Amino acid sequence: MQQLLLRLPGHRIYPKCMNSNTMLTTFKMGGVHPPENKLSAKAAIQRLPLPKQLIVPLGQNLGVAPKLLVKKGDEVKTGQLLARGEAFISANIHAPASGKIAKIDDALDASGYRRQAIFIDVTGDEWIEDVDTGSSIIADLSVSKEDIIARIKAGGLVGLGGATFPTHVKMMVPNGKKAEYLVINGVECEPFLTSDHRLMLERGEELLIGISLMMKAIDAPRAIIGIENNKPDAIEHLRQLSSKFSGISVQALKVKYPQGGEKQLIKAAVNREVPSGKLPIEVGCVVSNVGTAFAVYEAVQKNKPLIERVVTVTGDGLAAPSNFLVRIGTSVSELIQAAGGLPDDTAKIINGGPMMGKALVSSDIPVVKGSSGILLLKSANSSRKIPKSCIRCSKCTTVCPMGLEPFLLAKLSKLSLFDRCENERIMDCIECGSCQFTCPSMLPLLDYLRLGKQKTGNLIRTRK
Amino acid sequence: MNDILLFTLLTLGLLGLFLAVVLYFIAQKFKVIEDPNIDLVEDVLPKANCGGCGFPGCRNFAEVSVAAANEKQSLEGLNCPVGGNEVMKQVAAILKLEVAEKEPMIAVVRCNGSFANSPAKVQYEGPKSCAFAHQLYAGEGGCQFGCLGLGDCVVSCDFDAIHISPLTGLPVVNDKCVSCGACVKACPRGIIELRPKGKKDRRIFVSCVNKEKGGPAKKNCSVACIGCLKCQQVCPYDAITIENNLAYIDFEKCKLCRKCVEVCPTDAIHELNFPPRKPKNDDGTEQSKQLKVDATASAASAGSQNLS
Repeated sequence: MQQLLLRLPGHRIYPKCMNSNTMLTTFKMGGVHPPENKLSAKAAIQRLPLPKQLIVPLGQNLGVAPKLLVKKGDEVKTGQLLARGEAFISANIHAPASGKIAKIDDALDASGYRRQAIFIDVTGDEWIEDVDTGSSIIADLSVSKEDIIARIKAGGLVGLGGATFPTHVKMMVPNGKKAEYLVINGVECEPFLTSDHRLMLERGEELLIGISLMMKAIDAPRAIIGIENNKPDAIEHLRQLSSKFSGISVQALKVKYPQGGEKQLIKAAVNREVPSGKLPIEVGCVVSNVGTAFAVYEAVQKNKPLIERVVTVTGDGLAAPSNFLVRIGTSVSELIQAAGGLPDDTAKIINGGPMMGKALVSSDIPVVKGSSGILLLKSANSSRKIPKSCIRCSKCTTVCPMGLEPFLLAKLSKLSLFDRCENERIMDCIECGSCQFTCPSMLPLLDYLRLGKQKTGNLIRTRK
Repeated sequence: MNDILLFTLLTLGLLGLFLAVVLYFIAQKFKVIEDPNIDLVEDVLPKANCGGCGFPGCRNFAEVSVAAANEKQSLEGLNCPVGGNEVMKQVAAILKLEVAEKEPMIAVVRCNGSFANSPAKVQYEGPKSCAFAHQLYAGEGGCQFGCLGLGDCVVSCDFDAIHISPLTGLPVVNDKCVSCGACVKACPRGIIELRPKGKKDRRIFVSCVNKEKGGPAKKNCSVACIGCLKCQQVCPYDAITIENNLAYIDFEKCKLCRKCVEVCPTDAIHELNFPPRKPKNDDGTEQSKQLKVDATASAASAGSQNLS
């Protein structure tokens, strides 16, 4: 019976974790099983050489774009502040390499529009003072709570999972609320992407120091690292390392998309449900990505601002799918070149994973704080099929991890009935794309949900 | 048998009579007194229920106009764009008021980024909705202000007055347009504007809404307004303003002299339904322009002769 169940379509058999004496957990509602295609899982993180020119867009974080501090012709050093986030939800931007500011002009970014950006002609990699650029691991946990948050803020840290919410805001637990758990997202449920996986394997110790610092900042006694069971090596590695740190444990999770979603991860790892329209702190949780935890380590222990990140470059037909440690502002074309060049029949270059990512309109777009992967797809794998009529099969409703009715919301959004969208709780949609993935009629459900969510959000804001 | 029939008729008849009396008194008590003018006004309205007047439907417009007539003795600010002056005169006659004549308007598409002028750099595959494509990216041609060509305006039009041309990929307004403004609201990029129809349908407008600097604008579209100020300098009526690298012709000041059309280096200013220019001997500029055209034409013919 066991064998039979495991061989059902959509279920995969994974090697059981060594030492795993806890049961695998997952979220209850919905979810899909897209093919994983983790092509670059075995490729170690390589540091990419500095490019000749860097394009640093100003709007890299959720919320307000920071205020520009430099002008054309200025000489900057690596790590120097280029723009200061003055609003509450905003993050600093630092120079990713030393050089001269060539111009401040509009540049095409991942949004598909031309936005303000800083162009730097790179001359070298001369760091500003008081940054520790050595490779030795520092584990100084005596930094005070306020200091940790101040350094995170100064370093311009944002959530590196993709939402780019400023980390220092997340670390400030509102009055009257108590953080019981720090949930660390090492799920990486998006197919193809492996940057977090490699980071956990290669920078495990730094990561755990970063987690300890974050626990201190939010006064959480416990931290849980959620990792899906398709990364047994990472689970094993972090389990061994975490025995040295107090309060940190690793929870192995069943493979299911979208487990990396904030609310799904809390349900899977802590078994608590975040109420509709509320933040995770409501149930005593703060969620952060492993990439962010590593950036916290760098910012607090080494005083290093967020100027580089791990980006997976992968796709079918690519010569060498790899994981690169790249400076923010490096052009996507350089990354593709380093991974073996653009295959001839590439139809789409996607920023992010295949489920939630967005196709880029040009290969000259720079890597920003939120780019976790570059995915190249051939036309056969990426082109859309002709949408047919909805057959009311309710598959989308079954797989929606938030318990919504995507077919209805898409219809309402198409008809511009945004007040009804609000009643049907469109704002709870996490835009995971499970509905569109599973739809047998190839309807563009997610597209209309995104449109409806944006318009409904505008409607709610104007009402206030 | 007869008894049963009689009894039934009698009881039901009495019951009906009693209820009728009750209903009569209730109807008297809760009578809604409505101005009879509302019905009269509604009768002359086109009953398109398009919302072009700014009210949900024709009945609503009739109620508002009658109320305005009773309170302020004027119909100022009220206009039925579909019916035009004729209908507004009838409405005014019913309400025994005067109404100022309004110039008829028409929707004008201020983008000329056709397939030829703004060649596609990427291919769009998503749903056919401008609103969605607008939040996704700049557009196939790369202009982030220009027409996306997916037809939200076509869907919004109740009068079959706007269609996407398969040759250019741009919306074309035909003479069925009643200037209700539905397409203006539907366009996520604010390209469509209501402008006066003009005498003999003659109109001059800047067919571009790109607010970028000249270089990037021109890079994506060969007929973009580059904000060169030439039209502003040549305009004798001070009708052209340039803001954010974009010229705009104020239709209230414009006297349709066509001087701006001639000087525009990118042909972003369009003239519609004007007769072709005639060479004038006493006007130097017109003559030289005509000569230039002749010269190129003869050169072209010379070239073709060489080839043959």
